[in-house]
Amino acid sequence: MADTGRDLRVEGLTKRFGDFLAVDDLTLTVPQGSFFALLGPSGCGKTTTLRMVAGLDDPTAGRVLIGDEDVTYLRPYKRPVNTVFQSYALFPHLTIFENVAFGLRRRGVKDYKQKTLDMIDLVQLGPYAARKPAQLSGGQQQRVALGRALINEPAVLLLDEPLGALDLKLRRQMQIELKRIQTEIAVTFVHVTHDQEEAMTMADTIAVMNHGVIEQMGAPGDLYENPETTFVANFLGQSNLIRVDVIDTVDQDVVVDCYGQKVGVVASRSHAGGRNAWLGVRPEKVFAEAAGADHRVGSNILTGGRVTDVSFVGVSTQYLVAMPWGQELMVFEQNTGQRPLFRNGDQLDITWSPAHAFLLDADQDARAGVMTPEDDE
Amino acid sequence: MATVATRERVSSDPGRAKPSKRPVGRWLSDHLVLLVGILVLVYIFVPIGYIFALSFNQPSGRSATAQFESFTWSNWTSICEPEGLCDSLQLSFEVSITATLLATLLGTLMAFALVRHSFRGRSTSNLVIFLPMATPEVVMGSSLLAMFVSVGLDSVLGFVTIVIAHVLFCLSFVVVTVKARLVGMDSRLEQAAMDLYANEWQTFRLVTLPLAMPGIVAAAMLSFSLSFDDFIVTNFTSGQSVTFPLYVYGSKLRDFPAQLFVVGTLMFLVSFVFVIAAELWRRRRSAIR
Repeated sequence: MADTGRDLRVEGLTKRFGDFLAVDDLTLTVPQGSFFALLGPSGCGKTTTLRMVAGLDDPTAGRVLIGDEDVTYLRPYKRPVNTVFQSYALFPHLTIFENVAFGLRRRGVKDYKQKTLDMIDLVQLGPYAARKPAQLSGGQQQRVALGRALINEPAVLLLDEPLGALDLKLRRQMQIELKRIQTEIAVTFVHVTHDQEEAMTMADTIAVMNHGVIEQMGAPGDLYENPETTFVANFLGQSNLIRVDVIDTVDQDVVVDCYGQKVGVVASRSHAGGRNAWLGVRPEKVFAEAAGADHRVGSNILTGGRVTDVSFVGVSTQYLVAMPWGQELMVFEQNTGQRPLFRNGDQLDITWSPAHAFLLDADQDARAGVMTPEDDE
Repeated sequence: MATVATRERVSSDPGRAKPSKRPVGRWLSDHLVLLVGILVLVYIFVPIGYIFALSFNQPSGRSATAQFESFTWSNWTSICEPEGLCDSLQLSFEVSITATLLATLLGTLMAFALVRHSFRGRSTSNLVIFLPMATPEVVMGSSLLAMFVSVGLDSVLGFVTIVIAHVLFCLSFVVVTVKARLVGMDSRLEQAAMDLYANEWQTFRLVTLPLAMPGIVAAAMLSFSLSFDDFIVTNFTSGQSVTFPLYVYGSKLRDFPAQLFVVGTLMFLVSFVFVIAAELWRRRRSAIR
C-alpha cells in the first residue's frame, strides 16, 4: 500500500443524462492517503461522480486517473477501487464471512480465509461471521460493508452516504471510527455526503458541489471561515448576508457601507468584484452589546438592533436581531453567564471583527444553499 | 400461516376489548373465521379423500365404481397392470420435463431481457407475453393443430408437437413469475459484485442467479404442473400419442381401472410433500433471521 503516486485525478469529467448535465467539466486531484469529501445537496452530481470513479457509469467526457493509469473506461472489476454503497448492498444470500471474502476469492488470493477472519475481527464482528446480513443491525451491516471493501486494500475507497441509514448517535460513533480506520491504513477515502457536519468532522479536504460543478474546495476550516460563494456560506453552517456598497480599500481593509453605517472586511476575504456585495458574517462571530455600551469585542459595529426572538438552547442562546433596515440577523452567544440574557424588545448593538467577515459577489442568490426542512433527510 | 395468525388475532383481541358481550355471541364471533376456514378445507379435501379411499377398493367388475366394496392393496401393487397406463405416465413425464426445461430456460432469458434492458417495443412485448395466458385453450389447441398440419408436421404429431405446444403456454407463466422476482432485486448487488472484482459471468453465477433462483424454481414447478395435467391442447396436438390425462379421459369412456385412483393419490402425496418441505425450509430460514 505504501507505493507512491496513487493520487486520484479527475480531469474534465462530464456526465450528461439526456438534456440533464449531471456533472459539468469536473477537475480535481485527491492526494493519496487523504480523506476527501464531496459535499452537496441531492442531485448535485456527487454520486454520479463517485459512480464514474468506480466504473459503474461511463462518463460523457473527461478522464479518471489513479496514479498515472487511465481507468476511465476500465470495467469496475479491473480498477483498484472499492465502494461502500449507500444502504450497503450486502449479498443477502451469503454469510458475513462470504460477503467479506468475496473480493479476495474473485482475485484468487490463497490465504483468503485468515485475511477474512482478521478483517471481520477488525470491524468487531467476530461472533457474527456465520450469520446472514439480515440478522445484523444497521450499524453492524455498515461495518460489514466497510470490511468487505477494505479487505481488498484498494488504492481508493469510495463511500456513498455510508452513514445515511444510521441513527444520529450511531452516526457520530461511526464517524470517529471511520476517521480512525482511515488514519490507520492510510487509504484514500472519497466520501460522498449531503451532511455538512459529517463532511467537516471527517474530511481533510471538502469539495462543495452544486449543479454539477465544484463551488469551492479546501480544508473544512477554510471553507467555513472564508466561503467564496453564497451557496457555500449557507450550505456549510449558517450565515448572515447583508447587502452592502463597496466604498474604498484602506490598507488591508475593504470599507463597505451597510445601510449608512461603515464597516471593514479584510481584503483577502473579499470575493466580490463590483460596487455591490453581500457582507457575510457567521452568527457565532457576532457579539451583542446593550445599546451604547462600551464596545470591546470587534471593531465593526452596527447600531440600532432590537431583539425579536430569543431561543435558549442550553450551551448557547440564539437571538434574532431586527436591524433598522428591517433584516433580522442571527446572533449565537455562548451561555458563559457573564451577564444576564437579553430579552425580546431589548435595544442593542452588534459587533464583530473585520477578520471574521467576508464579502461575496452581489449577483449571487443570498438564499442559495439554505437548508429547508425538506432537504434535511 | 396467515389463517392461523388471523384466528389468533380474532380470538384474543375482541374478547379482551369487549368483555360485556354475551358468551355465545362472543364465542361465535371469536371463532367464525376458524369455522369458515374448516368448512373450506373440508370442501377442498373431501373429493381427494374419495380418490384416496377408492384407491384401496376392490371393484367387483373390470371397471372401478363409486361403490366401496372391499379393501385391497392390489391396486397399489399392480399400477402398471392396465394396458397403456404406465406408458402414458412415462410419456407425460417425458413431455413435462422437456417442456419445463425449455420453457424455464427461454422464459428466464426473456424475463431478464424485459426487466434489465430497455429496447424498442419492450412494453408491447410485456403485453404480448400475456396473450397465451388469455387465449382459451381450445382455440390455442385447434390453431396449433391447424398450423402443424399446414407446415407438414401432421405425420410426426406426438412428442415433438406436444412439447412445442406445452412450451408455448408455459412460457408466459415463467416470464411473469421470474420477472416478478427480478423486479424486486436490487441492481446495486450486482454492481457491488462487479466492484468486488467479479466479472460479468461471475456476477451472474454468484449473485444474480442465486437471487433469482426462488423465482426460477417456482416458475419451473408451475410449468411442470401445467404441462403434466394439460388435456385440451394436448388432445389436439398429440396425434396417436397418449399422455396420462388423455389416458384417464379415454378410460372414462371405456373401463375405468382402479389403479388410476392410486396414481391420483400418489400425485397428490408427492405435491403435498413438496409443499410441506418448502414450508419447513422457509420456516427454518426465517427462524435463523
